[in-house]
Amino acid sequence: MPGITIDKNHCKGCELCVKACPQKIISMSKEITVRGYFYAKVHDPSRCIGCRICALTCPDVAITVHSNGLVYELYEY
Amino acid sequence: MAKILMKGNEAIAEAAIRAGATNYFCYPITPQTEVAEYLARRMPEVGGVFLQGESELAVANMLFGAASTGKRCFTTSSSPGISLMQEAISYMAGASLPVVIVNIMRGGPGLGGILPAQSDYNQAVKGGGHGDYRVLVLAPSSIQEAVDLMMLSFHLADKYRNPVMMIGDGMIGQMMEAVEFPENYTEPELPSTDEWAATGCAGRNPRIIKSLFLDPVGLEKNSWMLQDKYRQMAREEIRFEKYRVSDKNQVLIISYGTMARICQTAIDELADEGISVGLLRPITLFPLCEEQIYNEVAKKNIKAALVVEMSTAQMYEDVVRSVVGKKKVHFYGRTGGIVPSPEEVKEQIHQIVGTKKTTTRKKKA
Amino acid sequence: MKTDNTILFDRPEAMYDNVTHYCPGCTHGVIHRLVAEAIDEIGERENTCGVAPVGCSVLCYNYLKTDFLEAPHGRAPALATGFKRIRPDMIVFTYQGDGDLASIGMGEIVHAANRGEKFTTIFVNNAIYGMTGGQMAPTTLSGQVTTTCPFGRNNALVGWPIRMSELLSSLQTPAYIERVSVHDPKHIVQAKRAIKKAFTLQKAGKCFTLVEVLSTCPTNWGLTPSAAQEWLKNNMLAYYPLGCYKDYVEDGGGQ
Repeated sequence: MPGITIDKNHCKGCELCVKACPQKIISMSKEITVRGYFYAKVHDPSRCIGCRICALTCPDVAITVHSNGLVYELYEY
Repeated sequence: MAKILMKGNEAIAEAAIRAGATNYFCYPITPQTEVAEYLARRMPEVGGVFLQGESELAVANMLFGAASTGKRCFTTSSSPGISLMQEAISYMAGASLPVVIVNIMRGGPGLGGILPAQSDYNQAVKGGGHGDYRVLVLAPSSIQEAVDLMMLSFHLADKYRNPVMMIGDGMIGQMMEAVEFPENYTEPELPSTDEWAATGCAGRNPRIIKSLFLDPVGLEKNSWMLQDKYRQMAREEIRFEKYRVSDKNQVLIISYGTMARICQTAIDELADEGISVGLLRPITLFPLCEEQIYNEVAKKNIKAALVVEMSTAQMYEDVVRSVVGKKKVHFYGRTGGIVPSPEEVKEQIHQIVGTKKTTTRKKKA
Repeated sequence: MKTDNTILFDRPEAMYDNVTHYCPGCTHGVIHRLVAEAIDEIGERENTCGVAPVGCSVLCYNYLKTDFLEAPHGRAPALATGFKRIRPDMIVFTYQGDGDLASIGMGEIVHAANRGEKFTTIFVNNAIYGMTGGQMAPTTLSGQVTTTCPFGRNNALVGWPIRMSELLSSLQTPAYIERVSVHDPKHIVQAKRAIKKAFTLQKAGKCFTLVEVLSTCPTNWGLTPSAAQEWLKNNMLAYYPLGCYKDYVEDGGGQ
């Protein structure tokens, strides 16, 4: 089952991944990072489809995507 | 090795190739365009890079890129073109890049004229671009010397990782004299440029060739590091020549480039008239032989010094500074492309020594 | 379909693992990553030299892990020319913004493109001057408000915005010129393809390639990153149409 890891040290709270995720499983935390940004986190990891759209939208390369088994590749990247 | 009769511009071009500098970026400008035309044919013969850029501004920046490869590269231009290059020269000095730039000077300021002048001394020696940097400046007075200094320029540029400028005037570029190129040219060994050049980061960390140091501590460190280079230049690279300097001299002439040769003729003729005058000819304008200037002018037999330049007094100011008020320093100059004659120089000496009286000190055109 | 436990997306090798100084939502981060991915995928990271501009991305050499030269403002194409002429075996690219490329550097880019210098230019077009605090750029849209046109860009006073891809593609020589955008994921994927194509053509020895990337500047546009993406979509695409303006294969342009 695919999943993502968001490195909150890199996150600047731009919220573009929240908008980009087709499954709407990312939202902004109410806590701030050491840099003072509200960081993005996954609130429903079970519905991640590993589409990578969040990762390729993130300007800070804060997101890594892993497959953990079966995943469909929806587009070539 | 046989002597060949060559035009100055072409001899300078050939000298660069003999020194292994086979990357040339240029823009045409009178009176040095023959360098470009010569190299357009010659560079392909040695498998080098020849590129005429769209402006001197672009060419100087191409040199930054070219120098960053660690290979020897150079350009030639004239006064207005050198003005356009000042930005890039400042950047290359700040980034510690070796490069050779030749200025075949013409009359200025502005579009000026196309005849010889020496009115770029300040631009060359004081660092015409912004920031705390200097450029090593060499000034030949004959075509053979231009050949020798051109080849030396590349060695010095690499030795100090600093821009080196050779300034000649239009006469150096345009006249023809017999020159000899060294048969088996060797240089003292220098560390490989691969140690700092941008060669691709295989097997090492990436290198950044830059002059930006946003952190003031880093920028100060860079600036003092550059000053250390200039201090070393002052210890090791000062070059000058003395002509007929003796304890009988009444006046010491300080002059450089072709102007110095005209002064030599005047000195010879004055010697026949029984007036002893010596010439101190700086070859490096930066670093300047300030100590020699002081020591010679301070001698008891010297009444005064005379600086002769094809300008309105540029090196004159450095000579005054070097003499620190010990003796009077006179100045004689013509500009606009007018070359003083030996008679005019002799006239000045007569006035200083008191052997002839005329109505005006400086001749007006 | 993948069945093993793989990393599907990670930071490319050619990007350092550090936090950039760019504003939140600034698409420089995305474009840097696309360039890094392209360089990695053609296998040339250790044989590449980039030329950094003056602008927000003046520090791109802190983020992209290749040799770099730092150019004076606008002069990157000249530096790249001098470097590549001596080292045609290396991959050379310039990374420039609106001021660097379309204003002070206009002469350098036009002539480098026209001579067919064999490097790749990534032109980041966000219709404004970012680093210096949001002044008008040659690419600022008509009526767009910036600090030096606070009443909106007035074409009667300063002329129309410049379309660089069209301008450069009017030259016979360049090999490949395409305009892309990074305002949403679909366009990011297409931008990646264009950037990779440009570098691939360079590696194959073709001459000048340029990718113009429409980008956002949330801070100086005065919008949130999401709203900035919408602003780009609704305003910039109409004036700066996406597409390939010179294609090596089809037009036969370039050498």
